[in-house]
Amino acid sequence: MSSHYEAPIRKPLVLGDKSYGDISNDIARPVETPPNIDWWIAFSIAMAAFLWGLGCMAYTLGTGIGTWGLNKTVGWAWDITNFVWWVGIGHAGTLISAVLLLFRQKWRMGINRSAEAMTIFSVIQAGLFPIIHMGRPWLAYWMFPIPNQFGSLWVNFNSPLLWDVFAISTYLTVSLVFWWTGLLPDFAMIRDRAVKPFQKKIYSLISFGWSGRAKDWQRFEEVSLVLAGLATPLVLSVHTIVSFDFATSVIPGWHTTIFPPYFVAGAIFSGFAMVQTLLIIMRKVSRLESYITLQHIEMMNIVIMITGSIVGCAYITELFIAWYSGVEYEQYAFLNRATGPYWWAYFLMMSCNVVSPQIMWIKKIRTNIIWSFVISIVVNVGMWFERFVIIVTSLHRDYLPSSWTMFSPTFIDIGIFIGTIGFFFVLFLLYARSFPVVAQAEIKTILKSSGENYKKIRDK
Amino acid sequence: MSLKRLHVLFDDDDILLDAVKEIVKSKIYIHEVYTPFPVHGLDKAMKLKPTNISIATFIYGCIGFTFSILMMNYIMIVDWPQDIGGKPSFSYIENMPSFVPIMFELTVFFAAHLMVITFYLRSKLWPFKEAENPDPSTTDDKFLIDMDSGSNLSKTKSMLKKMGAISIKEVNA
Repeated sequence: MSSHYEAPIRKPLVLGDKSYGDISNDIARPVETPPNIDWWIAFSIAMAAFLWGLGCMAYTLGTGIGTWGLNKTVGWAWDITNFVWWVGIGHAGTLISAVLLLFRQKWRMGINRSAEAMTIFSVIQAGLFPIIHMGRPWLAYWMFPIPNQFGSLWVNFNSPLLWDVFAISTYLTVSLVFWWTGLLPDFAMIRDRAVKPFQKKIYSLISFGWSGRAKDWQRFEEVSLVLAGLATPLVLSVHTIVSFDFATSVIPGWHTTIFPPYFVAGAIFSGFAMVQTLLIIMRKVSRLESYITLQHIEMMNIVIMITGSIVGCAYITELFIAWYSGVEYEQYAFLNRATGPYWWAYFLMMSCNVVSPQIMWIKKIRTNIIWSFVISIVVNVGMWFERFVIIVTSLHRDYLPSSWTMFSPTFIDIGIFIGTIGFFFVLFLLYARSFPVVAQAEIKTILKSSGENYKKIRDK
Repeated sequence: MSLKRLHVLFDDDDILLDAVKEIVKSKIYIHEVYTPFPVHGLDKAMKLKPTNISIATFIYGCIGFTFSILMMNYIMIVDWPQDIGGKPSFSYIENMPSFVPIMFELTVFFAAHLMVITFYLRSKLWPFKEAENPDPSTTDDKFLIDMDSGSNLSKTKSMLKKMGAISIKEVNA
C-alpha cells in the first residue's frame, strides 16, 4: 500500500466504495444497457438539426455562396466565426489529456476521454466550414501539395490558410490516434465481458486484439507520454496558426501581435466551458458521479475563470495598444467595435467572457452544478460573439466609407451553423452509448491512491 | 514428457507484484503477465528491457522535419519560384520564417503517427487481430501470470497459494 500514498489533504477522485470490478461495471453499463427515452428525444432533435444543416449545405453547394449573407465588404462572416469557434472548442480535449498528463494531474482521468471525443467531433465541424466555403468541395484535395499537370501549380506555403490546412489535419489525426490508443484497453474490457456475439465481434474489431501484456503496457505508457509531449506544442500551434489567418493580414483590428496567445487562451476557455456543459449532463445521465465528481467540476471552473481573465486582459490590452499606437485606423477600429453599430455584440462578448467567469471566485458558486452549467453556456455564447466581433466589426467599416455596410445572416447561414451543432451532438450522443466514456484502465491505476474507500483505510 | 505451464490468477496488483518478484527470485521462467491496467514497477520486476520507442520517435520527428524542408524547398524555390508581394522565393533561408509553421506541423505529424504505427506493429495490434489474453477477466479486475511450472510442480503450487493466488490452472505448453 505504501506505493499508493497520497497526501490526505487531497480530496478523493473516485467516490464510494469501489473495487476494480465495480469500475468496469460502471463504465460498461451505458454501453450494455439500451438507451432510455430521453436519449432518443435528444438524438432525434440533434438529428433533425443535422439534417436541416445538410439541406442548407446542399443548397449552398447547388446555388453558390451567394446564398449566404456575405457582401463585397464583409467577405468573411459566420463561416469563419463558426470555424474558429469550433476549433477553439476542440482545444480542451488535447489540453486535458496532454498538458494535464505532463503535469501529472490525476483529476484529468475522469474527464479526458470525453474531452478528447469532444475535440475530434468539434474539429470535424470546424473543418466543414472552409470546405463548404470553397464552393466546389470536390476539389478540396487541391489544398494538398500533390504533383499535378496544371503547369506545376503548387500550393503557396507562405499562406496562413495553407498553414491552417496542415495544422488542422495534423491536429485532427494526432488527436484521433491519441484517443484511439487510449481506448484500446477499454474496448478490450467491454469485448471480454460482452455476451451478445455481435457486440463481441464489433469490440474485438475495434480493440485491435489488445491483450494487456506487461510489455504492451510498458510501451503504452511511453507512447502516451511522448504523444502528450508532442500534442502539447501542437495544441498551442494550432490556434496560433488559426490566429495567423487574421494577424498576418493588414486589416485594422486583425493585424496585432497579441493574437496568438489571446486566441489560445480563448480556445482553452471555450473548450473547457464545452467540456463542462457536456459532462454535467453526462455524469447525471450515465450515473458517473463517482468518477466525475464535484471536485472535477470545480477544477474546470477554476481553469475557466483563469483563462477568462487572460482573455479579459487581452481585450483591454488591445484597447490600450490601439490608443497607444497612435494609428488612427487602429483607434477607429476599436472605438467602432465598442460604440459602433455592433456595440451590442461587443457588450455581449465582454459581459459573457470577462464578467461572468469572475463570479467563480466564490467557492459556493463554483461548486454549484446549476451555476457551473449556466456559466459554461454563457461562456460559449460569449466566445462565439468574440469571434463575430473580431471578424465582422473589423470588416464592415473598411478604408472606403462608400463601401461601409452591415452584415445580416440569411437562413442558410443560420441553418448551417445549427446543422453543425446538431451533427456534433449526433456524434457525441452515439459516442456516449457505445464508447467507454471514462478511461477506466487509467482510473484503476489511481483507485488505491485516490479512491475514497482506500483513503479512509489509510487515514485510520 | 510434456512440459506444464501454469496460469496463475491474482486479484490485486500489489500481491501480483510481490508474487512476480518472488517467482523471478526462485528462477522460474515467466512467459507473460496480463493485467487490466498498467501496474507500475511490473516491467522492472519482470526484468523487461526499457522500450526504445521514444528514440525511434525522435528519429521519426527528424525525418518529418527533413521531409518538410526538402518538400518546401523543391516546391517553392526550385520548381516554381514566385514573386509574392515583392518577396521573391529564390532562397530557402530568406523565406524560412513563413515555412516554420509547416516544418513544425510535419515534424509532429511524422513523429506521432510513425510512433503509433510502430507501437501497434510491435505489440501486434491491428483490426481483426484476435486477443491473446488467456482469461477474459484480465481486462476487468484480475491479473494473470503465465509461467513455467518449475522442477517441482506441487512445491511451486504451494508457494503460489501462499503468495495469494486465487486460482492456478495447469495448461499444456
